[in-house]
Amino acid sequence: MNIYGGDGPPALVLHHDIGAPERPAFYDALARHFTVFAPAHPGYDGAPRPEWMRSVRDMAVVYQGLLAGHAATREPATVTLIGLGFGGWIAAEMATMAPRGFRRVILVGAMGLKPERGEIADQALLSYIDYVRLGFADQAAFGRVFGAEPPTAQLEQWDLNREMTFRIAWKPYMYSPTLPHLLGAVATPTLVIWGARDQIVPRECGERYVKSLADARLEIVESAGHFVDMEKPDELASLVWHFASEA
Amino acid sequence: MHLMYFTEQPMSAYPAQAGLDFGATALMFSNKHFDPVAGSRLYNEYLEHYRIAEEVGFDGIMLNEHHNAPFCMQAKCNVFASILAATTKRVKLVLLGNPLPLAENPVRLAEELAMIDMISHGRLVSGFVRGGGQEQLATGVNPAYNRERFEEAHELIVKTWTESGPFRWEGTHYQHRVVNPWALPLQKPHPRVWIPGVLSKETIIWAAKKRYPYIALSTAIDATKKIWELYDKVAAETGYQGGPEYRGYLQRCHVAETEEKAMENAQQFMWMQGEFTGLAHPVWSSPSGYFSPAMRTAFVEFAVGRRSNPRGAAFEDQIRDQQIIAGTPKTVIPKLRRLLEETRPSILGFWASDGFVSNQDTQRCIRLLGQEVLPALRDMGKELGLWSPFEANAPVSLAHPEPARPAGT
Repeated sequence: MNIYGGDGPPALVLHHDIGAPERPAFYDALARHFTVFAPAHPGYDGAPRPEWMRSVRDMAVVYQGLLAGHAATREPATVTLIGLGFGGWIAAEMATMAPRGFRRVILVGAMGLKPERGEIADQALLSYIDYVRLGFADQAAFGRVFGAEPPTAQLEQWDLNREMTFRIAWKPYMYSPTLPHLLGAVATPTLVIWGARDQIVPRECGERYVKSLADARLEIVESAGHFVDMEKPDELASLVWHFASEA
Repeated sequence: MHLMYFTEQPMSAYPAQAGLDFGATALMFSNKHFDPVAGSRLYNEYLEHYRIAEEVGFDGIMLNEHHNAPFCMQAKCNVFASILAATTKRVKLVLLGNPLPLAENPVRLAEELAMIDMISHGRLVSGFVRGGGQEQLATGVNPAYNRERFEEAHELIVKTWTESGPFRWEGTHYQHRVVNPWALPLQKPHPRVWIPGVLSKETIIWAAKKRYPYIALSTAIDATKKIWELYDKVAAETGYQGGPEYRGYLQRCHVAETEEKAMENAQQFMWMQGEFTGLAHPVWSSPSGYFSPAMRTAFVEFAVGRRSNPRGAAFEDQIRDQQIIAGTPKTVIPKLRRLLEETRPSILGFWASDGFVSNQDTQRCIRLLGQEVLPALRDMGKELGLWSPFEANAPVSLAHPEPARPAGT
């Protein structure tokens, strides 16, 4: 697990199901305050595929092992854990495995819980570009991050990432029926952040995270969709830093 | 030669404009457009077509299945095979095939197929397929494990057919405490397995390694030749010689009394290919993990509209390449001869009509094929040495190297 950049207290960022773009502005903004760890998930963005892996919980255990293997992250309650969308689900699973294991947890538009009224958008029915566009409230922001017509290499990467997501989160799609019952024991203060215009994961999932966790509150980012980190990188980094700095 | 009759069982009785407006007629095209009154009529018409096919001399009836799509209203090939097992007397029931990855319980499939084989007095040929991409979505089965499930379900079914139970199966995708079905195929060592396919090299190689005949589904002649080059190469590496008894082909072929009428009806083959109504949304037909990794670039570009369908071709091109043959018996026979000479299959399926072709024209087509085309092909088959697996007494597989015979005969 290599350091992405920055110095300061350690922060682990877990990326979306679509992977992470090159040099994300959000990571750079975080690196002004944190030592940022931002690995590609196993099987995503060119990282070798763990053929054996069958669940998001498996992925969370792998990350716990990686944290335990690095000098800067192995001590309990030192790492600020930030999960983006699908990465938020992994982060929530990690928090349940180590109820006091993190300094702070930040879940942004996190998958992992079953909505009671709406649905989590099914990427299997959408083209690579349409799915990613659905996650942006502001289509100009999509263009800034990926270009108006993402190159074929990007599409292939999205396809590989999607295949890995299917391998571990196909059914039930994008949630765990047992996760809500495990969240209650998490003692780590948690900030749940949602884009006001998230069309991929309904906001009710954020409300349910807050209700299920022992110490959590919900923060809404206006005019952002699911990919808050790509649409409002500085605003999100600032929310994270202020929350992590609270006594 | 083994000559089969085939229809996709088109469900053309829906408002075509609704399909065009929606832009796709598979998976998500609402079944509010499905008319069960027309469905009931069509199912019974198709049963009558199969009856006529046996009457006029076809050797086999080829069945398949698809889900959530009007291009094929047969949602379970074992249902039609069960009916035909009891209502036909002579034809082989050639299932091409059961989509194995869609099965949550392959042992149930093994039981159903055993029942069909017994009821038909040993006339079952049990092909297996991976299922179309959108069918993984229609049935909620993970496309990323499609090929793994196909291979494991196949191993489990063949073991269920050939080894006495009870035994336990602890596989990667299937686990069964007790495998011991009280129904076994009449044919020993087990019913023949034929593997149909269109595109994936992986499937051709897999079939050749198992010594199962491969049935090329309406590929262009040059593409078909490449399939046999690959199959024969793998066969040689595996220790046997490929040849006609391992080669099958599904030919779109419509016959009528006049050239004009045949050509007009043959246009309906494009109905299934989406020209008139739209077919599958490219994302639904090729979900991530389903297609061959070697085709990834082509499919991702197809999915976002940067490339035409890797499987598609225009009507005129398909007529030129003989993927579609249409005419009077007199004019189609030389074209079929070219197919036989150039690609040397011993198993030939006739996909006789599609879309909106009338019941009357379809029946006429089946009779013309049976009365005028099949006898000519049989002569050609003898002349060219195209012996079917039955005629050649070919082994069922590499693992079970004997011909299939009904027990007690």
